[in-house]
Amino acid sequence: MINTITDVLGWSFMLAGSAFFVTAALGLLRFPDLYSRLHAVTKTDTLGLGLLALGLALLDPSWRSCLILLLVWMLVMASGAVNCQLLARFNLEQEEGRHGGDGHQTGESDDA
Amino acid sequence: MNAIELYLTLGIAVFLLSLHGLMTLYDPIRRLIAVNLMGAGTFLVMVSLARRSEVPDPVLHALVVTGLVVAISATAFALRLIIAGSKNDKTDSGGGNRKP
Amino acid sequence: MTPELLPDLTLSLLLLIMAWGALYAPQRSDAMTLFIAFGVVVALIWARLDAPDLALAEAAIGAGLTGVLLMHAARALPDELHQDYRTASYWGALGFTVVASLMFLVHLLYDDSLFNAGLLDTESDLTPRLRTLADAAVPESGVEHPVTAVLLNFRAWDTLLELLVLLFALGGLRQLFPSGQSDDSATTASWPESMTLMSAWTRVLAPLLVVTGGYLLWRGSSAPGGAFQAGSLLAAAAVILRLTGLLPPLRWSSLWLRLSVVAGALFFLAVAAATAIWGDGWLTYPGAYSGLLIISIEIFATLSIAITLSLLVIGEQEDLRS
Repeated sequence: MINTITDVLGWSFMLAGSAFFVTAALGLLRFPDLYSRLHAVTKTDTLGLGLLALGLALLDPSWRSCLILLLVWMLVMASGAVNCQLLARFNLEQEEGRHGGDGHQTGESDDA
Repeated sequence: MNAIELYLTLGIAVFLLSLHGLMTLYDPIRRLIAVNLMGAGTFLVMVSLARRSEVPDPVLHALVVTGLVVAISATAFALRLIIAGSKNDKTDSGGGNRKP
Repeated sequence: MTPELLPDLTLSLLLLIMAWGALYAPQRSDAMTLFIAFGVVVALIWARLDAPDLALAEAAIGAGLTGVLLMHAARALPDELHQDYRTASYWGALGFTVVASLMFLVHLLYDDSLFNAGLLDTESDLTPRLRTLADAAVPESGVEHPVTAVLLNFRAWDTLLELLVLLFALGGLRQLFPSGQSDDSATTASWPESMTLMSAWTRVLAPLLVVTGGYLLWRGSSAPGGAFQAGSLLAAAAVILRLTGLLPPLRWSSLWLRLSVVAGALFFLAVAAATAIWGDGWLTYPGAYSGLLIISIEIFATLSIAITLSLLVIGEQEDLRS
């Protein structure tokens, strides 16, 4: 009985996580400029990956795999946040360097 | 149709697509990418052939590991050649007057 | 068609889109980014095809180092020429690829000559026999993981020659830099403000990479991993440290640098010569010592691969000619 409850919970967490990834992809495609795209990708990626990891940990509740999943999640979350900041700051500096540039970005189709 | 046949076909498709790219593209970076993609297609065929038996074939896997490292060293060298070439013929601007 | 094929189909479609974009994306920077994404998808496919060694190597090399290589080179390159030819070749590429791949697929599915020729028959053809030989010999090779056994024992020749290929590539790269002093300001990094965050993050990331590389090297004798994966992870650590300026230039004039570049190939050759002179033959390890020999070769090879790859990726004038 416990098994089925955790299974259902695990699968629903994973479904919710995948839904977040879908919204991230939508945001990447539809948002107008670099900053809002970065926002979409990093915010939803962090939460989506956390939900996926939680779901997987519920499906395979040995402490070793839970620890590994936790480590993976923390590493990806940290690198996602740092990379977002780096890209945004670099872009901001470039725009300030151009003195009010028009915000034109390349990279429309990254990970599309 | 099973996964092996799918990946065999995928390897062939990637190889052919990038072969066409290699023949028709002019930008040296894109050509380099095309060569790398051809390598990836070949590796795909090899690894899916290795998968035919229950335990995958370690010989083919070892060959592909070797191939990956050779591919990146060749890519690095080719990129540096491209950069050096583009620095040398600024007057010619990289053969810009050729038409396909 | 079974439901198990669904992830494979998704990955295949994704791979084709990435390949298409890497070749025909309008902007060259997009093409490079999609090529890096292609590497990530290929790593997933290796994992799907039960090739964890390859997945590790591809994630480190194909997705990591190649990305740095391309991005680093893109800054030194002029803008793309030839903008006008591309629409014409779209349809040619598409038609060519689709028709030829479909022909192959139809041949694969409805014509059993490939099976008769033994290409797809697991029992009768030559490669699986080689595989059975390799599997039978793994217990005597000194390591437990079959891929490592093949790389460093049964086909050690390939690995030796591969180390030599790396050396040749580095030698060729050195020839591209004139021996005189000339500064190259286009390739030195200048990130005034994002620099602090970058170097702080690098200080976290580099030790993690070194630990992971050491773990992969140590694990390689019994499980997926080994000298190549470890070497490329260490190279990645060196590359990010060097790019953020935390590591001083790797001076070619330093004896230690030159020694570590050739260490792998030299040690390998020494072992080969020793086995040829005192042992049973060129690269035939004596049974009792083969495990120890393989590990030591792997350690030296890791060092060489790491230094050579990082020099190949970001080596500049000051690294290679001073």
